[in-house]
Amino acid sequence: MDNQTHVVIVYPHPDDESFGGAGIIKKFRQEGVPVTYLCGTLGEMGRNMGTPTFANRETLADIRKEELKDACEYLDIDYQYLGYRDKTIEFEKQEEVANHIKEVLETLQPSLVVTHYPEHGVHPDHNALGAATIEAVRLMDKADRPTVWASAITNDFEKVLGEPDIVYSIEDDFEYKLNAILKHKSQAEGMFEKMQDTSGEHQVFVDGLKNRLGKERFFTWKFED
Amino acid sequence: MKPIEKVKVQEMLDGFTDKPVYIHLETTNGAYASHFDNVGVNVGAYIRNAQVTFTNAVIKGDISYRVGLKTELGWIYAEGVTDWEIYRDKDLLLAGHDLEGRLMVALQISEQPFK
Ligand SMILES: [Zn+2]
Repeated sequence: MDNQTHVVIVYPHPDDESFGGAGIIKKFRQEGVPVTYLCGTLGEMGRNMGTPTFANRETLADIRKEELKDACEYLDIDYQYLGYRDKTIEFEKQEEVANHIKEVLETLQPSLVVTHYPEHGVHPDHNALGAATIEAVRLMDKADRPTVWASAITNDFEKVLGEPDIVYSIEDDFEYKLNAILKHKSQAEGMFEKMQDTSGEHQVFVDGLKNRLGKERFFTWKFED
Repeated sequence: MKPIEKVKVQEMLDGFTDKPVYIHLETTNGAYASHFDNVGVNVGAYIRNAQVTFTNAVIKGDISYRVGLKTELGWIYAEGVTDWEIYRDKDLLLAGHDLEGRLMVALQISEQPFK
């Protein structure tokens, strides 16, 4: 986990970086390690339109771009888009996506790449981009390969894969992660409303979130060849 | 978007008849339906920028609406539409949202391809 020189996170949607990585991002930034988010799509096919709705199918892309900009400013990281369309990555030729990512990684020269664990990402874009990212690193010369951390989020991943070897807790500073998530207003405003609730419900809700998001866990990917 | 105003939407629909237009049609229960909500299966379909010409376009219903477009050889149909908006001055956006504001269905018509 220590001695990184550049961390690159490859996830498909604006908000995946905050839900999945706000904790480790904070840790790396505090150590002065640069972090870059490679965001696969604009999340333009998202179903959440704000609560109450303020986006529509056509405006959602630009709104989410602004939200990601805000989130990355807050997290103090760089970001780039890979230019795919939300919900379609699994239909692209994997080899093309992998080569594309490989090119970007060769420019950025990360020491660590974070992505979704293929088949354990729940969303088809998570699975497809995770698989393409791992393939991109596999295509590199062995000596040049960065470390890869893969995050699994299926309900049963521990049963299938065992315990992740990397566990980072942001529970003591959970507010930080929540604030990052809430930068994605169109996606998180429903959550935001529940946060404002001052009745007993509020704490129950926050505790539930903390349970689900308070620990960021990753499997260090083992390449066979 | 704003709640459907049936007469205005019908006027817009009439303006798109008998000329080539681009359609976005979509329905979804979300990519996380089976993960969080336990509804079993993720269901969705979408077509973006299909070019069609329709001879007849009608909005029916109240509270939640149905929109049918009759083409030369067939039909395009959306159900559960609750809101509308005019986008880029002349594109018609129709959508249906659930109680939490999440999109369930969308039908959009434009004389220019959608981005
Ligand atoms: Zn995602």
